[in-house]
Amino acid sequence: MTAIAGVRDLVTRNLRSSGIVVAFVAIVALFSVLNENFLSPGNLTNIVLQYSYILILAIGMIMIIVAGQIDLSVGSVVALTGAVSAVLVIRHDMPWWVGVLAAIGVGLLVGAWQGFWVAFVGIPGFIVTLAGMLLFRGLTYLVLDNVSLSPFGKPYSDIANGFLNGLLGGYGFDVFTLVIFAIAVVGYAVSAWRSRRGRMDYQQAVESMPLFVLKIAAVAAVVMWFAWQLANSRGLPVVLIILAVLIIVYTLVTQKSVFGRHVYAIGGNLHAAELSGVKVRKVNFWIFVNMGFLAAIAGIVYSSRMNAAQPAAGNMFELDAIAACFIGGASTTGGVGRVQGAMIGGLIMAVMSNGMQLMGVGQATQQVVKGLVLLLAVAFDIWNKRRAAALR
Amino acid sequence: MTTILEMRSITKEFPGVKALSDVNLDVEQGEIHAICGENGAGKSTLMKVLSGVYPHGTYDGEIIYDGKPVQFGSINDSEREGIVIIHQELALVPYLSVAENIFLGNETSGFGGLIDWNKANHEAAKLLERVGLRENPTVPIAQLGVGKQQLIEIAKALSKEVRLLILDEPTAALNDNDSEHLLDLLRQLKAQGITSIIISHKLNEIAEIADRTTIIRDGRTIETIDMSDPTSTQDRIIRGMVGRDLEHRFPERSSDIGDVVLSVEDWTVHHPTQADRVVIDRASFTVRAGEVVGIAGLMGAGRTELAMSLFGRSYGRGISGRLVKDGKEIRLNSVAEAIEHGIAYATEDRKRYGLNLIEDVRRNISIAGLRKLAPRGWVNANEELKVADEYRANLNIKTPTVLSVVGKLSGGNQQKVVLSKWLYTDPDVLILDEPTRGIDVGAKFEIYTIINRMVAAGKAVVVISSELPELLGTCDRIYTLASGRITGQVDAAEATQERLMELMTVERDGPPGVGPTGVTETEPTAAATAAPASLQNTTKESLS
Repeated sequence: MTAIAGVRDLVTRNLRSSGIVVAFVAIVALFSVLNENFLSPGNLTNIVLQYSYILILAIGMIMIIVAGQIDLSVGSVVALTGAVSAVLVIRHDMPWWVGVLAAIGVGLLVGAWQGFWVAFVGIPGFIVTLAGMLLFRGLTYLVLDNVSLSPFGKPYSDIANGFLNGLLGGYGFDVFTLVIFAIAVVGYAVSAWRSRRGRMDYQQAVESMPLFVLKIAAVAAVVMWFAWQLANSRGLPVVLIILAVLIIVYTLVTQKSVFGRHVYAIGGNLHAAELSGVKVRKVNFWIFVNMGFLAAIAGIVYSSRMNAAQPAAGNMFELDAIAACFIGGASTTGGVGRVQGAMIGGLIMAVMSNGMQLMGVGQATQQVVKGLVLLLAVAFDIWNKRRAAALR
Repeated sequence: MTTILEMRSITKEFPGVKALSDVNLDVEQGEIHAICGENGAGKSTLMKVLSGVYPHGTYDGEIIYDGKPVQFGSINDSEREGIVIIHQELALVPYLSVAENIFLGNETSGFGGLIDWNKANHEAAKLLERVGLRENPTVPIAQLGVGKQQLIEIAKALSKEVRLLILDEPTAALNDNDSEHLLDLLRQLKAQGITSIIISHKLNEIAEIADRTTIIRDGRTIETIDMSDPTSTQDRIIRGMVGRDLEHRFPERSSDIGDVVLSVEDWTVHHPTQADRVVIDRASFTVRAGEVVGIAGLMGAGRTELAMSLFGRSYGRGISGRLVKDGKEIRLNSVAEAIEHGIAYATEDRKRYGLNLIEDVRRNISIAGLRKLAPRGWVNANEELKVADEYRANLNIKTPTVLSVVGKLSGGNQQKVVLSKWLYTDPDVLILDEPTRGIDVGAKFEIYTIINRMVAAGKAVVVISSELPELLGTCDRIYTLASGRITGQVDAAEATQERLMELMTVERDGPPGVGPTGVTETEPTAAATAAPASLQNTTKESLS
């Protein structure tokens, strides 16, 4: 029997994630009313560029949090990987890709180091990464001899500041950007269609055809509008491509791979996972290695964007990444959380910061507002969960 | 006799579910009143209505206590009237002392709002004496066994000047000795004029202690029976609880026993932290295809330790001995390897070790056999859902959909999810540790049926249980375990509870291989099974 799920049912089922989407849309709407420049092409590009490294960190952090751990060291790792890259590229005049590979190598080593202590020695991630936060910050100072290094020069700084445009000619807007986004939208529609067919083959509930088309059309409209804005500005940012690839890959890993399932199982009930054949130590080790890898990517993007490596780089990034995860619906006790949630959580923070900057709100007030948003978002989530439980 | 409590036509609705409809309960002053019903029948809901967890106004009906209608807004209101409820999961703080726990939330403060701990400890000692405990009130709760903790809960209730004591499954986690002690205490409290309501699944216990029993089924009162009436048999209670005749508490099964699938030889396990302590001492046993083998032992005999050490060395260290499966020796160093070799172990504590309670039914079923759904590392979500639906239908898991969260299911249905998980790994040997603990009679019967289906399909099943009737009803052969040693092997058809109990209480001290005095009958078996050579005698039915 193929059941057709109603709108109401869909909304209830997706309440947990949709609640935060609603909040995101509301915040965007609020700022676009308060400031006419907020939705301008240039500013939308800026939001992506300014917060990409937090989003990259949040992807790794969500897996750590789902497994019931925490990583406080990512800010320091961002600084350390950027510093190593800068020493090689700026001081020793190596090509840009040597810097990138070295940063990734350092990130993997850092991850393996922390994963070893957490997984095989059994020290809580909080302690290991608190130590790591000090340790890697200190190493950053040593590597940089306590001074900033700049500039990286052209190919390296293009990672975070570059745009792909003009490849198919410009007519006042960038055709290439539109084509890439159109391909992405078609890809999304095809995969949604195939997943719908698959569900129907297995006699599961799917949304009705008009609703399905409406959903695809709505997503396509929003995405293409965003693409149009980018095309009218500077074109397709390289960072956005990196980010998109990471989000797609990690969404698949967390939702569809055996490894991803094991992460959720460990966070949900460690003992039960262990007694179900999940190799808890191995999984814990690899999520920290993975976090090191993503911290290195973030370190590359950040140093490229700043076109410099600074000893104090990445300070407090860990807290922004953790906040993004919790705003995005992750549970503090583990077992719950999604990549897409963390991304929306990160975007909420990004939009808030950017919007307030545009309005000329001071740093102090921004901090206050961000703190309150974190608190309210989690309170909203708890309220939402209770409501969902009562409906059931 | 006067009536202390009258609950009149209590109706409690949750969105979409009527948990209680028109329930009546009369409890007389000074009696022990049992409440029986299957899991999900509404017993706990009724007690929550009574104690004010569900405040007045959220239910319909009337509560008359001590001749006056009462309207409790919270637990504090009911406790002020002397109604105290002790939940199945004890509400004690492990790192606080006995006295601190007893007076928790009820501290009497003296000068300047400070607590006089000398006085509190003195008061606590007096309360401990009333419940028959000789413990220092300053000892942390964590150092006491669960049996003593249960008594401390009662002491805590006494400190609140309890008049009506409600116990929800008080003996579920206790061994026979501790249970007996607890029941004795209830009798003493009765003599002191304290009325008790006891919710229990253990019908023999109810028969022993209750003056009257109220049976609840599907949120309705079926009847209240006087236990002194000779027609008030356990069968009558069961009939009332399940609404049908359970002619046999165990489903019929014809054994078709094949070759030895698994044999354990000289299995020795040491304690994980105390390296010189032997937990399992040279245990040897065999299981054959199509056979249900029981392992009987008292608490602390090492039943769970034996099973978990076999299951990929999940327990203990310094493990030695041989494990032979299908004629080949195997070494299992992890749970994953055990699963690969077709061994499955369903834990006795499903909430802590068996299930991811915040995850849905589907993913709990698939977790141990995930490789089968993901040949190339990517899980086929549609196939997963299909598998879960099949197990839901086959094992009759009562859940709205397989996407429901496991934590919301009743104990019996949770146990079926655990069984589904292990059946999906397609094991040859399935070890079930207390498979029916905390499960109602109807669900128990279903679990037994599932066991029968497994052995009919040629699998071997090991059942570990502290309920001897269960072992006698389900097994072909029963091994007894005492102090980490296999002390005997009995053919279930010829075994009696008394004989098993004798073997289970064989004393540890004395040279191995020599049976203790006083149990001469069992001496040959104890001696034989303690020696490795006895493995060849698996088909010999001893003790006949």
